[in-house]
Amino acid sequence: MAKRIDVGGLTAYYGSHKAIEDISMTVEPRSVTAFIGPSGCGKSTFLRTLNRMHEVTPGGRVEGKVLLDDENLYGTGVDPVTVRRTVGMVFQRPNPFPTMSIFDNVAAGLRLNGSYRKNQLSDIVEKSLRGANLWNEVKDRLNKPGSGLSGGQQQRLCIARAIAVEPEVLLMDEPCSALDPISTLAIEDLIGELKERFTIVIVTHNMQQAARVSDRTAFFNLAAVGKPGRLIEIDETERIFSNPSVQATEDYISGRFG
Amino acid sequence: MSHAPTTVQDRPTPVPTGVKSSLSSRSLPRWAPIGFAAVAIALGVGTSLAAGWHSRIQWGLISALLFVIISYVATTVVENQRQAKDRLATSIVWVCFLVAVVPLASLLWTTVSRGSERLDGYFLTHSMAGVLGSEASGGVYHALIGTLEQVGIATVISAPLGLLTAVYLVEYGKGALARAVTFFVDVMTGIPSIVAGLFILSIMLIASIEPSGLMGALALTILMIPVVVRSTEEMLKLVPNELREASLALGIPKWRTILKVVLPTAIGGITTGVMLAIARIAGETAPIILLVFGSQLINTNPFEGAQSSLPFYIYEQYKIGEAASYDRAWAAALVLIAFVMILNLVARGIARWKAPKSGR
Repeated sequence: MAKRIDVGGLTAYYGSHKAIEDISMTVEPRSVTAFIGPSGCGKSTFLRTLNRMHEVTPGGRVEGKVLLDDENLYGTGVDPVTVRRTVGMVFQRPNPFPTMSIFDNVAAGLRLNGSYRKNQLSDIVEKSLRGANLWNEVKDRLNKPGSGLSGGQQQRLCIARAIAVEPEVLLMDEPCSALDPISTLAIEDLIGELKERFTIVIVTHNMQQAARVSDRTAFFNLAAVGKPGRLIEIDETERIFSNPSVQATEDYISGRFG
Repeated sequence: MSHAPTTVQDRPTPVPTGVKSSLSSRSLPRWAPIGFAAVAIALGVGTSLAAGWHSRIQWGLISALLFVIISYVATTVVENQRQAKDRLATSIVWVCFLVAVVPLASLLWTTVSRGSERLDGYFLTHSMAGVLGSEASGGVYHALIGTLEQVGIATVISAPLGLLTAVYLVEYGKGALARAVTFFVDVMTGIPSIVAGLFILSIMLIASIEPSGLMGALALTILMIPVVVRSTEEMLKLVPNELREASLALGIPKWRTILKVVLPTAIGGITTGVMLAIARIAGETAPIILLVFGSQLINTNPFEGAQSSLPFYIYEQYKIGEAASYDRAWAAALVLIAFVMILNLVARGIARWKAPKSGR
């Protein structure tokens, strides 16, 4: 469980548009790494390159390498499907499968991968729902549709769905931006628990959130609109928020930009 | 120290006469549109009677026109210009709705009232074997069998083909091939049924194949595929991309994502589309005349020998021109409409049953 990610010279394109340029960083295992930066600077794009979801977008392509414990995700012969089983993802908007019950949603990853034993399934579902702090709220209605839950519950359902396949890394793309403060708190607490088992990367626009949940923080910025986004710096969260080494980071964090 | 006493105004603010309070204004009662309609119909009928017109269509159109004018003028006078425009648009929508519905209701009524005279168990279970056109017996069984088999075969061929084509276009297709497929599907949508029939007929002549239900079904397939492709494509496009991404991000292969996430989400709409396509081809006559040949006898084998079908039967009975055969034609028309109606109800049932649930 929980692998280290080493990114080297990564550049991603949408068609001919260069979205992010030459990003290199290391994400430590069993820790939370937060990505912050202004809108359009490529945080989400970079996150999606870490489990090869970027190439799902038409025209999306990647140069450079992403090492997951020394194995290049973009090496020849690497199956993106296997990569995505190892590196799970939670999206900005909760997106439970509308045709499936709560139980089926959590079991979806295992069932559709065909990699499960029938008698284990309900144990795994319960474990995942407990892991996502949702079990007590839904244990009496596992057969009800997942779309009937509240937004915060749906997002925790999506987290349960993502951890049910036992990934090594969990990517979260602004998981709380559509949620109220109480649900946000629930998810933040959950992130704190999950980092014992997974390597977690979270994109957030909320700097207090980054300061609260992350161990390390990466600041992304872009030189101008239309220019590719770049990694400005990555460091211990405490250092980034108290004494960053780059002026641009301090300007962004303290609210002075441009 | 000059202390200016604050005078409390106990008089109400004077209301300028003639100006109404700012937010509410004179308005027509809720039943006004019904009143307008009653007045318009009375006026329309009166005018028509006075002028000695016989056509009921004329009466209706004059009443409709009067209704629109009366609502507009009355609302302008009582309320204001903006309300009048709103009322005008509403009235026109209602009139258009009635113009569309009246012929439909009339058609349905005529078919039901004239068709129910002959429609009974005997009619549904007997063929026309040995029945003279003027005799008031015989039935529709052979035609019903023919329609069910031909439409069934056409559906079995075109539903999977159309579904797969739509999946290709939405999930995989890009570049020249997808554009070409889209273009030809659009072209195929416009093929007249007689052309589809002639196409199959030319093949039959070249390969010297005898007429059979299968040949008719093949022509129906040509007509059905583009309808299925189009409707399925639209339904698949409605499935949010987030669901596909959520599934892919779980490490589920693309084909399973399509099979287990995309298609189930869209299945209600897809079923409705297929049913509508069936309804469209069930009423085709031309390919049947050309390719199935028509028959008075029960032939349950669609792969060999002539068959009949409901639309062909209606045409045939109408051509005989006897009172008894007219009755049979109406009854067969009722059977055909009922067939399509039942299919639609089934489709709606499936759509509701399979639709994404949102109950708590």
